[in-house]
Amino acid sequence: MSETENVVVTLNVNGETHTVLAPPYETLLETLRERLDLTGTKHGCELGECSACMVLMDGEPVLSCLTLSLEAQGHALTTIEGVAKNGVLTPLQQAYIESGASQCGYCTPAMVLSAQTLLDKNPSPTRQEIRDAIAGNLCRCTGYVQIVDAVELAAKRMRESVEDRVRRET
Amino acid sequence: MIRLPPFRFFTPGTLTEATRLFAEHERAVVVSGGTDLYPNMKRLQVSPPSLISLRGVRELKTIQAGADGSIHLGAGMTLTQIERHALVRERVPSLVEAIPLVSTLPLRNMGTLGGNLCLDTRCHFINQTPFWRQAVGSCLKDVGDVCRVAPGGSRCWAIASADLPPLLIALGARIRLVSERGEREIPLSELYRDDGIHYLNKMQDEILTRVILPRNENVRAGYLKLRRRGAFDFPSLGVGAALQFNADGVCESARVVLGAVTSKPLEMPQAQGLVGEKLSAPLIAGVAEAIALQARPLQLADYTYAFRKQMVAVYTSKLLNRLAD
Ligand SMILES: Cc1cc2nc3c(=O)[nH]c(=O)nc-3n(C[C@H](O)[C@H](O)[C@H](O)COP(=O)(O)OP(=O)(O)OC[C@H]3O[C@@H](n4cnc5c(N)ncnc54)[C@H](O)[C@@H]3O)c2cc1C
Ligand code: FES
Ligand code: FES
Repeated sequence: MSETENVVVTLNVNGETHTVLAPPYETLLETLRERLDLTGTKHGCELGECSACMVLMDGEPVLSCLTLSLEAQGHALTTIEGVAKNGVLTPLQQAYIESGASQCGYCTPAMVLSAQTLLDKNPSPTRQEIRDAIAGNLCRCTGYVQIVDAVELAAKRMRESVEDRVRRET
Repeated sequence: MIRLPPFRFFTPGTLTEATRLFAEHERAVVVSGGTDLYPNMKRLQVSPPSLISLRGVRELKTIQAGADGSIHLGAGMTLTQIERHALVRERVPSLVEAIPLVSTLPLRNMGTLGGNLCLDTRCHFINQTPFWRQAVGSCLKDVGDVCRVAPGGSRCWAIASADLPPLLIALGARIRLVSERGEREIPLSELYRDDGIHYLNKMQDEILTRVILPRNENVRAGYLKLRRRGAFDFPSLGVGAALQFNADGVCESARVVLGAVTSKPLEMPQAQGLVGEKLSAPLIAGVAEAIALQARPLQLADYTYAFRKQMVAVYTSKLLNRLAD
């Protein structure tokens, strides 16, 4: 691990194990996009300022442009490709489409991951809480109002579906 | 894609291994979360040949209560881990309030306390692409021989831009530094030098291992930050303060520390004007003005220096009034 030559890096991305040969100074962003073809993770500023490259590491948002692939080993990584299961969109993704929350779409993958980690912890966030949760995610199309709408709509639907299930089961 | 320049990378599991690696790799630099170092390396402000990562160093990842009522924060804890820690939430609420003002959630999930306290100084003329820097003719902190902010002088004026040092200095924090030569403990305030290039009073191979906060019952402390965007931005001014009152409401001790004014966090002696007094708005306003008079921000961060100087008085009195309430 001490030379600048390539090293073996084993990553767990969306539940799958990938092994690549990469230089120790390669970022997770480069590995995901350029070696694993997981291009849902976007590159924006590449300096930590926009969060377009955000992925989840053990469920918590981190920036792949400032994380070495080497140091991402041993953690469960989730990218936007791992969010929909068997081609079925999550309520948040569905609400995102219906609310027109995606314009050019560049910030969308990371924004969806950010909002999803909020909804996982807080099923009924206020608009301010939603804004705080996505504070680091820059949308250059500045469609923040629709984005907050989408997260609110998804939260409402997720709560209703839980209430529905409780009603059916009792 | 902006890529990192090549380097050798070491991942020690213990502090002893980490300090030993320095002996073998003289120009090595430590990296914790990398949220400050990697952007600076991508902009080719610095290109260390070897990095020693502290991520796997177990000793840096604990938070403990000392027998004397102090709290020991491991330098390798991420800002999020500190913010969420039960002991910190109970005993140092001012730190829990200040942490969300630092960068963004994903950055706080990566960035550490040690990295925050050792954050590189910042300036409009250095935190730019290599092309931009070359076009303006470079500067002292880069490869040039003149400061672009104050071309007449021979020093670099880049400013101390971390949010936590002003608060932690106000709280009387001490730090522990460890190298192959041994361990030493100093007040956090003594870590800093008023020099934008050599901004830390420590050797390159000294690892900051922990921050020790003294027992602080009856201490009211807080941090206020001026920045353009509410969502996130480095401070254009930071004010940390800690006040202690006796049972009669008389101020017994007062510390006010300014960030983002010069190359080091500045402790303002004018705050002593509060000691022995019951705090009132006019008294606070007078002390805040006296502090602003001594603060001389330069034209190298967001906003004009004149506005930042005015804001020293406004933010200081706002914070002190809040703490006195
Ligand atoms: C877009 C952006 C915005 C930001 N905004 C803010 C902000 O508003 N306020 C703020 O305070 N910070 C801000 N930061 C910086 C940063 O996220 C935090 O300060 C973070 O806590 C830095 O810690 P780190 O572990 O990532 O540091 P690193 O990048 O790992 O290290 C920073 C420096 O400290 C040294 N170092 C690290 N750990 C140690 C140690 N244990 N002992 C000795 N030296 C050490 C490194 O050698 C390096 O020189 C921002 C960063 C970005 C990219
Ligand atoms: S690309 Fe990583 S934060 Fe912008
Ligand atoms: S939709 Fe274009 S950047 Fe957000």
